[in-house]
Amino acid sequence: MSAAPTVRHIPDRLDKALTSILLSWESLLVLVAVAIFIANSLASPYFLDAYALSDLTFNFAEKALIALAMALLIISGEIDLSVAATMALTSTLMGFAAQFGVGTFGLVIIGIAVGLACGVFNGFLVTGLGLPSIVVTIGTMSLFRGVSFIILGDQAYKGYPESFAFFGQGYVWGVISFEFALFLVAAVIYWFLLHRTNFGRRIFAIGNNQVTAQFSGVRVKRIKFILFCLTGLMAGIASILLTSRLGSTRPSIAQGYELEAITMVVLGGVSILGGAGSIIGVVLAAFIMGLVTFGLGLLNVPGIVMSIFIGLLLIIIIALPILWRRFGWLIKA
Amino acid sequence: MNKPVQPSSAVTTEHCFTLSGISKSFPGVKALSDVSLALYPGQVTALIGENGAGKSTLVKILTGIYQPDAGEISVNGTPVVLSTAQEAFKLGIAAIHQETVLFDDLTVGENIYLGHAPRNKVGLLDLKAMHGAARVVLDKMHASHIDTYARLRDLGIANKHLVAVARAMSIDSKIVVMDEPTAALSAKEIGELYELIEFLKSEGKAILFISHKFDEIYRIADRYTVFRDGALVGAGLLRDTTQNEIIKLMVGRPVDHIFPSRKANIGMSVLSVSELSHPTEFEDISFELHKGEILGFYGLVGAGRSEVMHALFGITKTSGGKISLEGVPLKITSPAEAINAGIVYVPEERGRQGVVIGLPIFMNVSLPSLDRTSKSNVLRLKEEFDLARTYTERLDLRASSLSQDVGTLSGGNQQKIVIAKWLATSPKVIILDEPTKGIDIGSKAAVHEFMAELVAEGLSVIMVSSELPEVLGMADRIVVMRSGKIEEIFENKNLSPETLVKAAAGILQ
Repeated sequence: MSAAPTVRHIPDRLDKALTSILLSWESLLVLVAVAIFIANSLASPYFLDAYALSDLTFNFAEKALIALAMALLIISGEIDLSVAATMALTSTLMGFAAQFGVGTFGLVIIGIAVGLACGVFNGFLVTGLGLPSIVVTIGTMSLFRGVSFIILGDQAYKGYPESFAFFGQGYVWGVISFEFALFLVAAVIYWFLLHRTNFGRRIFAIGNNQVTAQFSGVRVKRIKFILFCLTGLMAGIASILLTSRLGSTRPSIAQGYELEAITMVVLGGVSILGGAGSIIGVVLAAFIMGLVTFGLGLLNVPGIVMSIFIGLLLIIIIALPILWRRFGWLIKA
Repeated sequence: MNKPVQPSSAVTTEHCFTLSGISKSFPGVKALSDVSLALYPGQVTALIGENGAGKSTLVKILTGIYQPDAGEISVNGTPVVLSTAQEAFKLGIAAIHQETVLFDDLTVGENIYLGHAPRNKVGLLDLKAMHGAARVVLDKMHASHIDTYARLRDLGIANKHLVAVARAMSIDSKIVVMDEPTAALSAKEIGELYELIEFLKSEGKAILFISHKFDEIYRIADRYTVFRDGALVGAGLLRDTTQNEIIKLMVGRPVDHIFPSRKANIGMSVLSVSELSHPTEFEDISFELHKGEILGFYGLVGAGRSEVMHALFGITKTSGGKISLEGVPLKITSPAEAINAGIVYVPEERGRQGVVIGLPIFMNVSLPSLDRTSKSNVLRLKEEFDLARTYTERLDLRASSLSQDVGTLSGGNQQKIVIAKWLATSPKVIILDEPTKGIDIGSKAAVHEFMAELVAEGLSVIMVSSELPEVLGMADRIVVMRSGKIEEIFENKNLSPETLVKAAAGILQ
């Protein structure tokens, strides 16, 4: 071949400037979380209490479990709006089974299976039939909750076995609730899955360029199908926790959870267009949302006002870095 | 050979539109250098040239999309500046592209009058007047079958062309540019287009007609202008010249690029394709690819070359035929299967199909090889970096680090990453679809040299290319495709470019 010139060495990576680490999304979220934490402790004397802080975790653990799987789904360029309806259907079928004396173990199996089945159904419609996920899951959102309404009407299921209450009300160690412990374990699993495995890498590739991913041998449909299944599964698990915590099921259970889960994902820095994001960001965002709602709760702020705060928080945090990029040069100059 | 542009005795001798001394450069490429062109009312001028000769750039300058770096444009003797597409349109220059650039969800009438629609007293659109006027224009063109209230989406491509022409007629355009308007038309529709062109001629329009097909050029054009490598190489009246002379003008080039000389060491058959067919895109495709061979695929755009490659790579489903690799029959239904079998594909559309912009270099390179760089599905970054470095350094990639986003690299360097990605899978057959399209000369030479290295190592290469010098400079054998079929397979020995051009146009013999 031609006279090979001396091989040009390309380094793995360049050293990151300290400022770029400090300006990362995750650092911003940590700052926001600390600020809200301080504000809360100044605003309410009841906040800095081990049990109060433990209660706080109940505020977000269920939604955050869904947000973990939803983050992967959104990074891959899809979305699932039916998760709250999946929770309702799951809870309804568990309640239905409980009426016939099915025990705690059986209820958990039902919860997981129903959630998973809903995910399989969504995944089939999107990847098997090639329908857009936003349309499919708006449809199944009505469908799943509609089925709950048909089964339950204006009734409520109560009478869950006593041991079933552990999942939503129990503590595993000191003030660490089962819900919170489960969330932490799930967060580590999802972090590993997204950032340390081939599967996670392929999710990023699909989200950035689905065509190239397919042309590079990535089985795009299979991966997306698995992600819908995982999201359904997490909704099933979240439904077990919520049902156990409330001790009853109404068809309106978990209303609006899908938007809060998606809010956590977006707040956590996941690109709504797909292709970018991190589990650490989502976990931090979950904490922030929990801190805000719990802090406002302690101050007796009604739920409707709370949603205004969450909305504003989302807009501000999303807008800040964009404004910074656009007008940052004004400050530097 | 270069004939001065002579006044003709046809309709009128007065040219209404001239471009003179036009030059245009893009970073790393000189697209047009000092070209001139004149258009005459009531006449069709054919613009002829290979892919990359600068025809599209000229059309974009004519229609106000690009600004020339130098040169003058004048209409009826008055110099003009076409700084926007709207301005060009208002000056009476209308363009009809291969795929129309109209609005699918607007009605025919709205498309015709977009931007210059009649308005009522309060300044709102006067829809009734607009559709009435559109009706008149269409009827004048003998296109009364088109409903002005129909949505453009529901029209066939031929009727969309008619709407585009009607749009030009609606402002009384003087100049109509047609960029390969027949590429997507059926034989019957082409006949109708010819009638339309005759009508435009009778209306005194000056027409610039771009085509690769000699039969159409001879059927409808009065004059010709030939470009080669961004320069004007000949112009004149078609009746004063022969087809052979024009082909010679198109391809006869000085050697501007040295291709690596290599001694072909061709072994036994590796890939054997027989009677491969597709419902619409191609049929009866049979060829053999040997070890250590570069097999070129030449043809016009739309001849079905890429579609055949897509079928080999499992992207397009076939309706019949057999593929076997090293004697083993293959059933390829997805790229993943093709890659596992050892067939890889460097696509033509690099940005959309080749690289994942947004991911760093090393992740792009390792993407198809993750099963090997990982350990029980857990990523090992060191292995990925090593893999990426091995192949990117071999291709002399210019990047600051392997963690750089591929979106920040030039086209040539992105192409090196696509090739590196595939080499890392240790393939048996590598398919390169227009491997040097849109990349700078330096990267081009690097890609060519690298292809020579690959075949020397015993790989087999299929190279789809529309660039004659590339095909003639690199390939051992050349398959020429036309209209979805193999027209001819040539040994690349004493093969003249003219022969290839004729075969691709179906006028050999």
